[in-house]
Amino acid sequence: MSILVNKNTKVLVQGLTGKTGTFHTEQALAYHGTKMVGGIHPKKGGQNWTAGEGAGDKAGTELPIFASVAEGKKATGANATVVYVPPAGAADAIIEAIDAKIPLIVCITEGIPVMDMVKVKARLAKSRSRLIGPNCPGVLTPDECKIGIMPGNIFKKGSVGILSRSGTLTYEAVFQTTNAGLGQSTAVGIGGDPVKGSEFIDMLDMFLDDAQTESIVMIGEIGGSGEEDACAWLTEQAEKGRKKPMVGFIAGRTAPPGRTMGHAGAVISGGKGGAEDKIRAMEAAGITVSPSPAQIGKTLVEVLKG
Amino acid sequence: MNIHEYQAKRLLHSFGAPVASGVAVYSVEQAEEWAKKLPGPLYVVKSQIHAGGRGKGKFKELGKDAKGGVRLANSVDEVVENAREMLGNTLVTNQTGPAGKRVGRLYIEDGADIDRELYLSLLVDRSTGRPAFVVSTEGGMDIEAVAEETPDKITTLPIDPVKGMTDTDSRKLNRALKLTKQAAKDGMALFPTLYKAFTEKDMSLLEVNPLIVMKDGHLRVLDAKVSFDDNALFRHPDIVELRDETEEDDKEIEASKHDLAYVALDGNIGCMVNGAGLAMATMDIIKLYGAEPANFLDVGGGASKEKVTAAFKIITSDPSVKGILVNIFGGIMRCDVIAEGVVAAVKEVGLKVPLVVRLEGTNVDKGKQILNESDLNVIAADDLDDAAQKIVKAVSEGKE
Repeated sequence: MSILVNKNTKVLVQGLTGKTGTFHTEQALAYHGTKMVGGIHPKKGGQNWTAGEGAGDKAGTELPIFASVAEGKKATGANATVVYVPPAGAADAIIEAIDAKIPLIVCITEGIPVMDMVKVKARLAKSRSRLIGPNCPGVLTPDECKIGIMPGNIFKKGSVGILSRSGTLTYEAVFQTTNAGLGQSTAVGIGGDPVKGSEFIDMLDMFLDDAQTESIVMIGEIGGSGEEDACAWLTEQAEKGRKKPMVGFIAGRTAPPGRTMGHAGAVISGGKGGAEDKIRAMEAAGITVSPSPAQIGKTLVEVLKG
Repeated sequence: MNIHEYQAKRLLHSFGAPVASGVAVYSVEQAEEWAKKLPGPLYVVKSQIHAGGRGKGKFKELGKDAKGGVRLANSVDEVVENAREMLGNTLVTNQTGPAGKRVGRLYIEDGADIDRELYLSLLVDRSTGRPAFVVSTEGGMDIEAVAEETPDKITTLPIDPVKGMTDTDSRKLNRALKLTKQAAKDGMALFPTLYKAFTEKDMSLLEVNPLIVMKDGHLRVLDAKVSFDDNALFRHPDIVELRDETEEDDKEIEASKHDLAYVALDGNIGCMVNGAGLAMATMDIIKLYGAEPANFLDVGGGASKEKVTAAFKIITSDPSVKGILVNIFGGIMRCDVIAEGVVAAVKEVGLKVPLVVRLEGTNVDKGKQILNESDLNVIAADDLDDAAQKIVKAVSEGKE
């Protein structure tokens, strides 16, 4: 098992015909033949997209382009979509996917206005769709399905669930758990924006339920209270007997207050969201916190040795 | 993006919020000329810098007993006297850091008869994903202290973005702020006005501290601090025009032109990293090995060779940089593009300090090949730990 995506996940691409969409769709096809089933473009419906050399042995694969998500879903039976649409149109693209009742929407786009995400969040609340992101690296289940921009070559099928607010730190955790021989069940980046589709708790709930996931790596960063909320929730769950070994890391110990560190959500403001508070919350919830971003894999190996 | 108080008030006034009459001036002569046009007899002279705590702030150039960055004046002559003391001097507040900020603009405002001082702000509440009002009857002071000591005196009210601001919401705010009679009537109009300004202009923070009840019973916005969502500036050219570049670090302005996320810090190891989380973690690990980062720099996803070159130039333009660490874990960002950018930048500006490069992820072999084939003096690193140790060592050896 795994969470969110597996070999049966059929993926539409919103923004397929752009440079980013094309590059990463080729990479997804090349990654164990992820089932990419079509692209969406309001003016290019009826045309075809052809995978170039980036798709490796899947080069030459043709994907149909549909004028709308609803049409694409109807024609292909897609149960997921990935959004590469530029920031100004990304929120509308997500809302279109919600309206088409796509169960899993993954938005990679970075730089969506917060007020647009406020609108998306209100629409999501009244739907059954799950949104991962925006401003995230996507979701990957090793050897089965790659949605988004994570580099596939660093993954290995295994037992660690990886969960992160940061893209490149997700890769660090994947790389280190691969090198440690543990491998991953699924890796999810929830994204660095202040208003987003899924929080740590949503993903932790799935990882705790998933039989393949034997341990969890959770990577947070400064800003907001998502990590603290998750830790409080984990403590409650542990009291009910739901618990897995966990290693954590918080980025931004050295960040000065009041400055936004790249991610719109990464800012210590009003004395809240600092790294030390989050580290304390993790430790209180029984998570072993790695002192260095380079020691995540090693720390997990030691935790698992007991 | 931040704007000055006088710009914030002008903007809020354009939406219909009650503010005092006032003018922004850049010189003592202007201060005199414009103060004469205000009704008087009480004036407020306020330093315009992008930082709070101005009232309690101190001017570096003046004696310890000199007044702060916000002053009352009882005549035009007093306005002029104060303007002469404040303009061109450096104001240090609890938010500016020890370096302080040079006061290049003053805002001269008509004084008000204050009965009560309240606190009001609007922001996007992450936990609900909705805009929310934060209000308190304890205005005019440091709201963080109020939150710490008497959290029950702060009320948070999230607003349903679909319905928008309702009369029920406004009444709740009136109750929380203990507003009655004329003030409550004013509140019914003011709160929806502020909500409209906040949402329409894509603000990330709108803070009115204090919001005052005047002796005549009316509400007035006495101070205003507004920041905007940088991601939404593309649809607000009018707001972009309010930007005051003298308030910003030169390197940060240059970085923003290239769409790079850059924050200047106090250390001596320049960092170029992809991804905000990894960039912060790279700063953290440098510190873990006993050194200090000179900057936060996220080149972002999908950066071009030109962008990487620009990033490298910004780092090398900082005289305090004694070593550079490039740490890339390519996903959307391809290692070969980074390598090409670094090589091009070094060819252009030279390399006078040690450079450690760690590449991993998409097209890593191509990237390493490009660096190997260039004749650059690059110290290659295998992983993050190795990279951090190597740059810290190289910089400390350089010192000896």
